[in-house]
Amino acid sequence: MQVFQYILLGFLVVCAISVSFSRKLLNSIMIFMSYSLVMSIIWICLESPDLAITEAAVGAGVTSVLFFVTLKKINAMEGIGEPAGPEKEKREAKEGAEGNE
Amino acid sequence: MSKLKSEQEYEKTAAFHFFRWLSGSKDPYLDNVEMKPQEEYKEEEATIQERMREQQMIRDKVYDTEKNKRLLFFRYFYRIMAVVFCVVLGGLLLVTVSYLPPTGRASKPDNNEVAARYIENGMQETGAVNVVTGMILTYRAFDTFGETNVLFIATCCVMIMLMAEDEELKKQELLNDRRYEPKNDAILQGVAAVLVPVIFIFGIYIVLNGHLSPGGGFSGGAAMGAGMILYVSAFGFKKTQRFFNEEVYKIAKVSALCVYGLVGIYYYVTGANGLDNHIPLGIPGHIISAGIIFPINICVGIEVACTMYAFYALFRRGGL
Repeated sequence: MQVFQYILLGFLVVCAISVSFSRKLLNSIMIFMSYSLVMSIIWICLESPDLAITEAAVGAGVTSVLFFVTLKKINAMEGIGEPAGPEKEKREAKEGAEGNE
Repeated sequence: MSKLKSEQEYEKTAAFHFFRWLSGSKDPYLDNVEMKPQEEYKEEEATIQERMREQQMIRDKVYDTEKNKRLLFFRYFYRIMAVVFCVVLGGLLLVTVSYLPPTGRASKPDNNEVAARYIENGMQETGAVNVVTGMILTYRAFDTFGETNVLFIATCCVMIMLMAEDEELKKQELLNDRRYEPKNDAILQGVAAVLVPVIFIFGIYIVLNGHLSPGGGFSGGAAMGAGMILYVSAFGFKKTQRFFNEEVYKIAKVSALCVYGLVGIYYYVTGANGLDNHIPLGIPGHIISAGIIFPINICVGIEVACTMYAFYALFRRGGL
């Protein structure tokens, strides 16, 4: 059990560092989500299951969903659907220019 | 004999004015207070050019690192000092932590008569098997009331900022609502149809068993809110509005907060902790026991579930 907890704590540190170092915001949120999930397992190991339930529901569930929605609102999701706004116009203009050549 | 008032007579009464003010159909300041409409600020072409030129001049003079040696020095100095500051702050905090008493020692200041009393007499005085919930919702019911208020105010603020009041804006948001995702995704709907009832029942179980098993109002409410978010993202807002629209949201949220407040007031006025408790505690272990914990848990659960769902809906489309 002790070894298992140390492994989880190691995961926690890795997640916390890679959240701030990952380039894409979407990846950051995914890693943040996994951080919360690992944290909730650690809460169970520390014998506080009520905190574990809250962490899993709020940290891994609702917070990340809110982050996703915010990313969608500000059109920061790359590679999913069609990004609206100036980026799309730029890309279309680029494609048009290439087609003409 | 009661006399029915005519329409014109009724319009003169205080009640009519009050309800008109409450529903917001008439602005009391309109036509009564002198107001000056704001004019749009217009700048002349010459002043704009003048300003741009001045800005460019300042930029050239100040931010040109070849001429401005002090700026160059400051940039390096700033970076080095930022690193030094972070290292010193981290070291200081680590040194402070090393002076904290180790966990689980008997001489820790944390280990005082308050904790001992909570653990020894908690079950007798609150009637809850789960000591944590007993502590939060009876000894510290007032704190939890403050937290519930925070949730209420937070949703109010999000509503003020993100609620779409305009009819045209509302239509636009409705169109934008599911622009990026596949409509009626079969896999998502299939999974949601199986999972949502289970999540809901789990949430309700946590709320109702808050005084018996781990969990309580907040955890259960968060689980229920998450279930609702899953349902919305699978089936869309139109289906959700059949059972949870703005009216239901208003009634559920406000009445939950009011019931919590009333129960809390009754508990404190009739004699909180150590005095006679007028709410029967029941037998510890039964589902209906533990005095005020059971109703308060339900109130907090409803409040939290509404908050979670409202956040999502407001972020998503600016309305419930």
